[in-house]
Amino acid sequence: MSTITAELLESHRVTPDEYQHIQKILGREPNFTELGIFSVMWSEHCSYKSSRLHLKKLPTRSKLVLQGPGENAGVIDIGGGYAIAFKIESHNHPSFIEPFQGAATGVGGILRDIFTMGARPIAVMDALRFGALDDPAVGVRNRRIVEGVVSGISHYGNCFGVPTVGGECVFDPSYSGNPLVNVFALGVFKHDEVFYGRATGVGNPVIYAGAKTGRDGVHGATMASAEFTEESKQKRPNVQVGDPFLEKLLLEACLEAMKTGAIVGIQDMGAAGLTCSTCEMGSRAGTGIEIDLQYVPQRETSMTPYEIMLSESQERMLLVAEKGREHEVYAVFKKWGLDAVQIGVVTGDGILRVKDHGKVVAEIPNRELADEAPLYDRRHDRPAYRTVPLDGPEVPASKDLSKDLECLMTSGDLCSKRWIWEQYDHQVRTNTVQGPGADAAIVRIKETGTSVAMALDGNGRYCMLDPREGAKLMVAECCRNLSTVGALPVAATNNLNYGNPERPEIMKQLVEGIEGMGEACRFFETPITGGNVSLYNETLGEPIHPTPVIGVVGLMQTQQPTGALFRNPGRAVVLLGGVGMCEPRRFGGTQYAKVILKEVWGLPPALDMEYEKRVQTAIREVIGTGLAESAHDVSDGGLAAALAECSFGPSGVGARITLDSSLRPEYLLFHEGPSRIIVSTAEPEAVMQIAIRKGVEALMIGETRAGTLEISNRGVTLVMAGVTQLRTRWDEALPALLGVSA
Amino acid sequence: MKFGVVVFPGSNCDHDAWYAVSANLNQKADFIWHDSTSLGDVDAVILPGGFSYGDYLRCGAIAKFSPVMTAVKRFAHDGGLVIGICNGFQILVESGLLPGALVRNKGLKFLCKTVELAVAATNSPFTTQLRQGQVLRLPIAHGDGCYYADQETLEQLEAEDRVAFRYVQNPNGSLRNIAGVLSRERNVLGMMPHPERAADALMGSIDGLGILQSIVNTVSHLPLAEMTGLR
Repeated sequence: MSTITAELLESHRVTPDEYQHIQKILGREPNFTELGIFSVMWSEHCSYKSSRLHLKKLPTRSKLVLQGPGENAGVIDIGGGYAIAFKIESHNHPSFIEPFQGAATGVGGILRDIFTMGARPIAVMDALRFGALDDPAVGVRNRRIVEGVVSGISHYGNCFGVPTVGGECVFDPSYSGNPLVNVFALGVFKHDEVFYGRATGVGNPVIYAGAKTGRDGVHGATMASAEFTEESKQKRPNVQVGDPFLEKLLLEACLEAMKTGAIVGIQDMGAAGLTCSTCEMGSRAGTGIEIDLQYVPQRETSMTPYEIMLSESQERMLLVAEKGREHEVYAVFKKWGLDAVQIGVVTGDGILRVKDHGKVVAEIPNRELADEAPLYDRRHDRPAYRTVPLDGPEVPASKDLSKDLECLMTSGDLCSKRWIWEQYDHQVRTNTVQGPGADAAIVRIKETGTSVAMALDGNGRYCMLDPREGAKLMVAECCRNLSTVGALPVAATNNLNYGNPERPEIMKQLVEGIEGMGEACRFFETPITGGNVSLYNETLGEPIHPTPVIGVVGLMQTQQPTGALFRNPGRAVVLLGGVGMCEPRRFGGTQYAKVILKEVWGLPPALDMEYEKRVQTAIREVIGTGLAESAHDVSDGGLAAALAECSFGPSGVGARITLDSSLRPEYLLFHEGPSRIIVSTAEPEAVMQIAIRKGVEALMIGETRAGTLEISNRGVTLVMAGVTQLRTRWDEALPALLGVSA
Repeated sequence: MKFGVVVFPGSNCDHDAWYAVSANLNQKADFIWHDSTSLGDVDAVILPGGFSYGDYLRCGAIAKFSPVMTAVKRFAHDGGLVIGICNGFQILVESGLLPGALVRNKGLKFLCKTVELAVAATNSPFTTQLRQGQVLRLPIAHGDGCYYADQETLEQLEAEDRVAFRYVQNPNGSLRNIAGVLSRERNVLGMMPHPERAADALMGSIDGLGILQSIVNTVSHLPLAEMTGLR
């Protein structure tokens, strides 16, 4: 048994105070295995020790929420006796070290969170952030990371058989050393098919199912490595390796085994593997679990208890079955060719007792281990970290606004992401009513005859400029995306990606972000039912932009999607919400500032949540009554970019837009004020009527027409572009930036 | 009539195929587990898309050894209708029920998009509802869909009118734009595009229904032997 030294604690990232607490809980010194167990359970990743205090500020309830945070995924009622489970999770760090497997196992992990609840996954979306592709120093590496991440997601999701229906992808130098891979998954089930990760029933068998345990990912949650020899290190890749085929079998076997009625509790082995699943299942049920590691299926020899308990090998599940009915569970797993063996039993003493060939190697009270992790009120008494000034340069008068628009539409953030999503199977399961490339994805639920819409949003640039307002804008935009396709936003999941919380100026970003998100989610009635926090996203002291990402789900009738694209010439173009306002400081966070002026400053756009809500109510009515031929919200790149996107349909229909505004042309075309939606319609009067009734400004700004996009203000032509030509440039920009074939 | 949809470990379009023929075409359909040695009383077999046995070794290479494939071969030999879609097509060529091979897409990437197919052979039980040259919009979703065969085989396929569909714009490098081929007896069809994904207007296209409906019409209205020219 090793003695616990200061170096050992350091390498496990356990502080002296935390160690004292561990000794108090145990009433003695922990052994090496126990220290490992505490270190992963009390890691930032598993315990949320820096964020938990503030996460309490988020709204988590509504009439539709059946399960809020604390379980493997949130659950909401969608009517007709059915429910959906959904959550977002990050796999940022592994995706930087090994992009393909890092991203692949990110998909695998979140899928298990969904089907461990009993729900069949029916949709995945990804929020991705990468460093700049054209950076002379690290551009090559960044491009390789993009290719690896996209291949990894494609490999895992496609083989598993879940459609990747949407997402978003942004490039910024702040992500160069810390790419973000946030994966959202959603599944469907009946109300009475919900399973929880609870080890109830003293005497019930504890069953291990799925892949065998190896040494992969032992470092996953803590980076504990100091005590290992060089030789063992070489055998131990930091990043886990995923097998989507095995996961597909595990999915089918779990859902089938659940139907036997013999399973009383189930949890996947994700971060902190066997440790986390055993102590959390016991803690939630107020029971203890005793296991013997000799029964754990292993794919490597001579694994120590420490390694077995901390392994993050993929595609594994922990089940508790009703005593006497375990053979029913074994039969199902056998049918699917998977290991399922009893490794232990539920006890009544509240202790996680780990034996190895009968000898006790760890003995820790479950509840204290799972729930008494330290809670830190980290300092956040400094202004939030920002790298840019409040006041920027004088915005020069553009020499060629059409050229500016083309530059924007071919930039990394605004160009077509087709190269990415064509590598994802976005149609398998034949439910995808609206797939990638739209404001929000729509997936029909065959069982209920209704549909679920979903979107991901995040804007690190806005949040860097103002963490609180940026978070509110993000929620508003995500809800707007859903409303624009006709869905009522009802619930959300969040992924909080920030830098080092031990720095007060970063902690300030996190606190402000959570508070802003909480305020907006309360206002838009989209409670957060679960999510993930990823901190320490820093390289050499340089943090990522504070990047909260939100995934909102909405409910709607199943109908032909309206879509964002203009379909027919001669239709009226209505700008719901009006032209909006802008001032120099508010222009500093736009894509125009980033891409054209190559300088970011100031503040994000101003948001009036009351007005935003009215705009969203109006558009839902416009879509619901079938008045719109197309609808698309204005966001990154402003009005001109949104109009260009509306013109990129197969029909080649653009528009002739005539504005009457006192804003300078750069602001008018490219400011990113929220609460605006472009609608094309054959019945503009009816659309205007709805807007008036909802107290929303609506302007008839022009007419669709074949072939060109022309925008003028007060008689002066600002933009003139051929839509086919512009579309081709937009469509081919990403492969060109990546240096690959289209 | 009754369809049988074979389920291999790793099949993931099995339910989609089942749904298309049962919900969209209102026919009976059973799932057939991969270790089954009998197909039961089905009138036509669908080998669905997915990643059978993880597609380890080579797409479809392990599936050909599963017990159900012995039954499928017997069924096909007796003139039964078999359609292999995507991974099902790969299994059919691996099993020797169809000639050629499906290799990595020319672009080396998995590709999911809707493509246009031209109907190249109407003289088959799978294409009775289609017109020669008719253009269908069907989704593809594969990484290994590039059809390859030696020159002699290609000539033979052409001579015997066994190229069922050709891509209008070749997405994967398939020789002679081949998207689907028929067996010599014309009762086995393999195709990379997914007709079951284009069986509902909500999904953007119903062009796959013509293929599935052709099977129904063939089985329901015509004696098998007459249609396939066998026995």
